[in-house]
Amino acid sequence: MAERSFKSEVKKLTAGEGETFTGEGILAVTKGLLQSGVAYVGGYQGSPISHLMDVFADANDLLASLGVHFEASASEATAAAMLAASVNYPLRGAVTWKSVVGTNVASDALSNVASGGVTGGALIIVGEDYGEGSSIMQERTHAFAMKSQMWLLDPRPNLTSLVDAVEQGFRLSEASNTPVMLQMRVRSCHMTGSFIAKDNVRPAMTVGEAAAAPVRDTQRIVLPPANFLHEVEKIEQRWPAGIAYVRDNKLNEWFGQDSETPEIGIIVQGGLYNNLNRAMELLGLADAYGSSKIAVYCLNVAYPLIPEEVSAFCAGKQAVLVVEEGQPEFIEHELNTLVRRADLQTRIVGKDMLPRSGEYSAAVIRDGLGKFLRAHAPHLAPAEVKPDPLPRDVAMEIPQRPAGFCTGCPERPVFAAMKLVEKELGPTHVSADIGCHLFSILPPFDIGNTTMGYGLGTAGASAFKPKDKRAIAVMGDGGFWHNGLTSGIGNAVFNKDDTVTLIIDNGYSAATGGQDILSSRADNPERVTKNPIAKAVQGVGAKWVKLVERTYDVAKMRDLLREAMTSPEKGPKVIVAQSECMLNKQRRVKREQGKVLANGGRVVRERFGVDSDTCTGDHACIRLSGCPSLTIKSNPDPLRQDPVTHVENSCVGCGLCGENAHAAILCPSFYRARIVSNPTGWEKFRQGWRARIVGWMQARDDRARMARAF
Amino acid sequence: MTEKNRIAIAILALGGQGGGVLAEWIQHVAREAGWLAQGTSVPGVAQRTGSTVYYVELARAGADGRMPIMAQMPMPGDVDVVVASELMETGRAVLRGFSTAGKTTLIGSTHRIYAISEKQVAGDGRGNGEKILAAARERSARFIGFDMEAATERTHSVISVIMFGALAGSGALPFPREAFEAAIHHSGKAVKSNLAGFAEGFARAQGEIAMPQEEGLEIPTPTTTMGKVLAARARAGLPDAALANALHGLAKLMDYQDGDYAALYLDRLERIAALDRAPFDLTQEAARHLALWMAYEDTIRVADLKVRAARFERVRDEVKVKDGQVLTVTEFMHPRLQEVAESLPAWLGRRVMGSAWLDRALSKGRHVETTSLRWFIALRLVAMGRGWRRSTLRYAEEQGRIEAWLDRAQKAARTDLARAAEIIRAQRLIKGYGDTFERSLERFAAIMAQADGGAGAEALRDARETLLKAA
Repeated sequence: MAERSFKSEVKKLTAGEGETFTGEGILAVTKGLLQSGVAYVGGYQGSPISHLMDVFADANDLLASLGVHFEASASEATAAAMLAASVNYPLRGAVTWKSVVGTNVASDALSNVASGGVTGGALIIVGEDYGEGSSIMQERTHAFAMKSQMWLLDPRPNLTSLVDAVEQGFRLSEASNTPVMLQMRVRSCHMTGSFIAKDNVRPAMTVGEAAAAPVRDTQRIVLPPANFLHEVEKIEQRWPAGIAYVRDNKLNEWFGQDSETPEIGIIVQGGLYNNLNRAMELLGLADAYGSSKIAVYCLNVAYPLIPEEVSAFCAGKQAVLVVEEGQPEFIEHELNTLVRRADLQTRIVGKDMLPRSGEYSAAVIRDGLGKFLRAHAPHLAPAEVKPDPLPRDVAMEIPQRPAGFCTGCPERPVFAAMKLVEKELGPTHVSADIGCHLFSILPPFDIGNTTMGYGLGTAGASAFKPKDKRAIAVMGDGGFWHNGLTSGIGNAVFNKDDTVTLIIDNGYSAATGGQDILSSRADNPERVTKNPIAKAVQGVGAKWVKLVERTYDVAKMRDLLREAMTSPEKGPKVIVAQSECMLNKQRRVKREQGKVLANGGRVVRERFGVDSDTCTGDHACIRLSGCPSLTIKSNPDPLRQDPVTHVENSCVGCGLCGENAHAAILCPSFYRARIVSNPTGWEKFRQGWRARIVGWMQARDDRARMARAF
Repeated sequence: MTEKNRIAIAILALGGQGGGVLAEWIQHVAREAGWLAQGTSVPGVAQRTGSTVYYVELARAGADGRMPIMAQMPMPGDVDVVVASELMETGRAVLRGFSTAGKTTLIGSTHRIYAISEKQVAGDGRGNGEKILAAARERSARFIGFDMEAATERTHSVISVIMFGALAGSGALPFPREAFEAAIHHSGKAVKSNLAGFAEGFARAQGEIAMPQEEGLEIPTPTTTMGKVLAARARAGLPDAALANALHGLAKLMDYQDGDYAALYLDRLERIAALDRAPFDLTQEAARHLALWMAYEDTIRVADLKVRAARFERVRDEVKVKDGQVLTVTEFMHPRLQEVAESLPAWLGRRVMGSAWLDRALSKGRHVETTSLRWFIALRLVAMGRGWRRSTLRYAEEQGRIEAWLDRAQKAARTDLARAAEIIRAQRLIKGYGDTFERSLERFAAIMAQADGGAGAEALRDARETLLKAA
């Protein structure tokens, strides 16, 4: 069950011709696919396109009724390989993942599908996670489009343009027998807006019909001699066909063509168009609706460039500013080549006006544009504005908020235990992995030395051949099934690695939004779950495999880790640490308990607390936890100056605070409160006489204390 | 309300605070009023406790039906309204330039959600909120600030709806109150409590800027004969500057042990005061730190505090137990052999200390269910150890340390009062239980060694600050 349900939103996907569709970018893209008669869809979740996968999953009934096949792929490579269905058959197919990391994983299959080419339209929707919240922000999907020769769409960020891009993408793909990538920027995925819908279209051919009538064309298989032909075909047929389609159907756009300043112009990636217009508007060079005083050529197709369009735009201009986010500046390079070939004297300027790194927000573009105008059209240039940043001493007071584990997260105790083992055995090399558990590298745990990619925790530790100190690798269950079983465990068994691998088995692909995976313990009518990780690990030959069924048991976790680190046995040691993702668990449990409570049933709630009069404010407990619910407040003791630890009401009673207090011998201030709603008769009775006896003793003690008090 | 064709709204919230829901409500209100609305955000990893910026842009189609080009993130200098869910997030909005003097309506909660960098410090790592408030006032057209967390508690609602109410109440958007309330009805979830929260936020937006209220710390007045005698003695023998701390100290130590122990505190304090002169920082600080040290946390004290009626009441309040619910409270205690032995009369403590059998028995943490009769009585018995506290090993040890520390301070006071005060302040380093306590003693000893080596006041203060942060 995913973190966010789109069950009610997917109803909008049935909207017909002429209806106004209002919703998120990813829903609009899904609607675009259905309007295009897509036959199959696949993908792998990850920000910012996790929700796209969740929408597909929640729209399963609708997809089935239209004859559309949907699969939650095992990895991005699996998803890309799925496009094989469009090679021989007129099937429109779409796959999706997070880029650039997902595209890295998919690139083997992408090279092959791009080489043989496609018959049916093949669309790859990549969530480009450039900028804020991104993982590898300095790499661009653009490079993959160039190297494999796939067309790259980067439409203007509004829902109408996005849906158009989906529909045009399929046609472009079919017209040029080339897979097309549609780049969705982070904010466009989550952006709300409206567009006018069309009817959904059943695929002309379903995947079932294709399988029933197999077509074999050896010319499309990547084997000599066909693969030599593919190279020629790409250059002589598919490239010109692609350019012709983009040109003839005007996929790119022009603004401000009757501008008063024909000597300059701007070429912008479609995805940045809105930011550019806002920058121009604030400089008085455009209005809020896109009427511009400067000619703008908007590249909704970022690759390939259309030579005749470029030379027509640049002709007669002294200088053209290229607004291209990321580096290397592939578009700027290509524009320079095209201008040179057309023998135009136009100066192409980009990165010397705009920064080489970072997001091109409207503010960044405004500054770059100002610089450009001062150099090439001074009469339009704005006055320079001096920045007025917040004084340093004030800015220093505002703390960073690094991402951390959620309240009650079962991964937190694993790292608390690692911290305790580290104290005993000294620091160890820790090869971290992608997933929530990577938050261990941040305060308060500060554990982890490298991270090499999804599911690659164990592989990242494979070069460490210890004499007496073993490296620890961390791997999530998501990464494990993605590739870690073979790239990590299989590799470690085969190469007799002596590393310790800690597999965090929380039952979901938690970091990407709680999707089910092979080892999920939940029932999922659409998928096969409940395949234990330990069994798979043993299946590839690992011998030392231990299971912890409750990660909150910090002492057990610590002892097991110590054993794995010091056991005389050679070969990989694998610990599978199981506890359900608390975010998912709470969503499940709250609903169930709400029902029981509504019916007057007995419900137990647990949470922790701290006695502020025994807390001395050393915060050792916080340094072993970092739980959002475990915080501080001003000391109620007028003499003490340091804040005391305090547990907020958001505490879910996971138990870690108590386990830490015991395992690390911290402090007697923690208490666990157990609150029973609708208690049984016996509970009420016991509570009654206890309260009477205890109350009587407390009253006596209070009187005695009052007598000797101040 | 001026006719505007575009309104830019930035929302700064932490994961789980419902910033996304707030953004949706705003868009709903605008669309119902015939505006175009677009919302964007960057969820994902940032959602897990990080801070997230949600951006909403409201606009109208052009006269000729042309559609506006909407931005996807707040542009510094061009944001009309900022709503922030916490004091430092309000500060972050200012830091990122979203709030502009003379333009932006800045609505921010004044309560704190501490960041890990503030929480994990062994001392006090909290950021300075006053500076943020000043910047928020300077860099906005209007700053609306109040404790939204408290408003949430009062109305049993969620912070997102308090923000929504404050936004409506600010009058920054050209929509009537009913339009906002209609959005709450439309979403259909927790309508009653949400409307209550909305009304609270709406009303608070009209009020003064208000910081969270801290519990008042009144100076205690004596109630017993012994208390009155000691208070009179303190008034007569101590400078005014030190009096508040000294009275708190007396009350604490009488609660901790008895009147004689509190008198010992005054004896010691008077010795310091005799060496001090205006403004009497040294005596004031000694009154604080000496009381804290003398009320050291032994197992007797911990047990005593755990079984009190007032403590039971406080727990019930804190965990929000309602009538008809049954509460049980379990403590996580891990007294090591050392702590047990230290709390016994010295002759017995020494004998017990060598017991391997007891050491093994105490090697595991105990789950102590204080609300059960068995454990309540057991803890109460431990608390009765107050009667023989003066004969315990721990008592002898602590009094020895205290005397050595005071001697050092007195010696320093004869030549350099500031240096003496820093020696006294070093007590702040002594914290915690078990290992943590022992490590803190080592830190304290390190400062004392520096003092013995002739370090001046400034060096001692710097060393303390560094050690407090190092943890």
